Amino acid sequence: MRYKKLFNGLKERNQLAYIPFLLLGDPSEELSLKLIDTLVNNGADALELGFAFSDPVADGPVIQAASLRPLENGFSVDDGFNLIAKVRAKYPNLPIGILTYANLVFAPGIEQFYDKAARSGVDSVLIADCPVEERELFSGSASNCAIDTVYIAPPDASSSSLELIASNSQGYTYVLSRKGITGTENSQQETGTDLIKQLKQLQAPPLVQGFGISKPEHVLQAAKAGVDGIITGSAIVNLINEHYNTPDKMLDLVAEYARTMSDAAHNARHQLKMAHTIEKGSHYVDSRNNQAAAAGNGAAS
Amino acid sequence: MNQKVNTPTNFEFEGAYIGQFGGQFVPQLLMPALQQLHNAFEASLLDNDFQTELKRLLKEYAGRPTPVTECTSYARINQSRIFLKREDLLHGGAHKTNQVLAQALLAKKMGKHRIIAETGAGQHGVATALACALLGLRATIYMGKKDCDRQAPNVFRMQLMGAEVIPVDNGSASLKDAINEALRDWASSYETTHYLLGTVAGPAPFPKMVRTFQKIIGEEAKQQMKQLIGRLPDAVIACVGGGSNAIGIFADFIKDEQVRLIGVEPAGKGLDTNAHGATLLKGQEGILHGARTYVMQDKEGQVQESHSVSAGLDYPAVGPEHVHLMTSGRAEYVSVTDEEALEAFQELSKSEGIIPALESSHALAYAKKLAAESTEPLNILVNLSGRGDKDLAHVMNILNPSN
Repeated sequence: MRYKKLFNGLKERNQLAYIPFLLLGDPSEELSLKLIDTLVNNGADALELGFAFSDPVADGPVIQAASLRPLENGFSVDDGFNLIAKVRAKYPNLPIGILTYANLVFAPGIEQFYDKAARSGVDSVLIADCPVEERELFSGSASNCAIDTVYIAPPDASSSSLELIASNSQGYTYVLSRKGITGTENSQQETGTDLIKQLKQLQAPPLVQGFGISKPEHVLQAAKAGVDGIITGSAIVNLINEHYNTPDKMLDLVAEYARTMSDAAHNARHQLKMAHTIEKGSHYVDSRNNQAAAAGNGAAS
Repeated sequence: MNQKVNTPTNFEFEGAYIGQFGGQFVPQLLMPALQQLHNAFEASLLDNDFQTELKRLLKEYAGRPTPVTECTSYARINQSRIFLKREDLLHGGAHKTNQVLAQALLAKKMGKHRIIAETGAGQHGVATALACALLGLRATIYMGKKDCDRQAPNVFRMQLMGAEVIPVDNGSASLKDAINEALRDWASSYETTHYLLGTVAGPAPFPKMVRTFQKIIGEEAKQQMKQLIGRLPDAVIACVGGGSNAIGIFADFIKDEQVRLIGVEPAGKGLDTNAHGATLLKGQEGILHGARTYVMQDKEGQVQESHSVSAGLDYPAVGPEHVHLMTSGRAEYVSVTDEEALEAFQELSKSEGIIPALESSHALAYAKKLAAESTEPLNILVNLSGRGDKDLAHVMNILNPSN
């Protein structure tokens, strides 16, 4: 329900959702919570929180390097759920999704994992190495615990896969802007409008684009392609990788980055409209723009 | 390729699964690549041109059939006879060449011009490099940094044959991390690149495909044993890391229930220590590298590092078919320590003039145990999966640390 409320609200304000990604427990439990506060206070509309895994095949070097810290500190999956419970207590309306790997869900017992997720206040689970074709192993337990299951729609998916993704994804649909693994080292390619169009035709849940989105111009491109939100992961994790030894600086930089990206997400559609109008030679002042941005920030803080 | 649960006595893949094991637990992004590979593989089974070309390469380039050699003195205990299926005599020095030629041909058929592969001991890397050189494909081999160091001659062999070797120093810097890197590469390159996985692990269709291309080991051995002793062996023994040489020699014997199938896992420094790679004996069910299988892991599902004196067995998961063979009771799995394997390595060299790979030495050590424990004379067939040249420097360091 939290996702539904969020996307309905954003739709009214003609804004994209800004969803940052963080690894739970990175660089420490205390700083992890501070980082989350920073993101929320600087415009995050929802959170995507990851569990560190020993073999993160869907992630690039930036997130893999970050994964080592919680693993070395003995920050467990249970510690992660406890941290989420704290975040949930602070922000009762904030949609919280988790991103994890199949073995972390499977090993403790699938039902137990989803039960813990539900108890700690998680809204959705995305398993990076579970394609929609393998959903049966997890989907029953997820729905028993009233947890949304998010699937990823990649650029080359067959039409039968896309149909499955659209009809099984809950909360939102994670749209891949390009092939490959996570990381800002690959330049973002323009999102295939075909993919977006097909998913919309299939009435998929709100489309949130991730992988390779690190700059405001990427957000504009995403808005142009017609998505409903963006996820940034590696860019923030990169700031943590570089500055975790100087926490104040790290928090300042993350705050600044989140503000820039959330502004971009909240203003992108208005900007596009303006550019379109200017192109046509008439002057257009969007009076809703500033109000909407203010409302967006207010709602999330 | 939907999940279908088949009965414990059914040993065929149904879709992506064998029993409840296998599957395709990969990022959604890789599903089109797996589907394309599945289609190409299934088509190749019915494609006469493909089969004829593969047969020709296996005969004229790789040197099949490989012989079966009876040991003259190794483990001649209680009148038991030990027979070795000589995959060490294959071009490339190990059984790996069989399926690599097949997959490289398949890649060409799919119009891919680049091959990526992972390697532990280096044998799969060497096999991939030679097949790519032969067929005019570009090869990139991911190899754990630790393995690059302990298998330096194989790194040089690969480079000589034109392959690019990329040392991986993430995680435990061994085979599992090389697989992770190869999967990552494939996620952005699959349009032009085939991932030539080296064992019966990974997502479907790899376990079935590699099994199909390695099955020739057992098919030949079965005929050869019939000629040599007039009947089937009492036991077939092979080492198990990922499990491709074991599946290769087991596959054609699975229906012959009187034949004991025995897989030998690396017990490293002992099953009671953390330094081993006995996934089937000490691991738990889990999901790694695309398959539901057994994994060495902690209670939360973080994958643990394995250990074996032999780089080729140093893998914390195992092919899903082995899990099915074990849980159904069709095959037995045992373990042999580093020390016992090293002993067998030296003993076979001395008694037969054959230097076995450290991997195969595990199977040899168990063959000796089995012969010693048996009250009746046994005919034991051991898959000598590779030759030990690649292990010489490593073993030399262990036996003469002052060198």
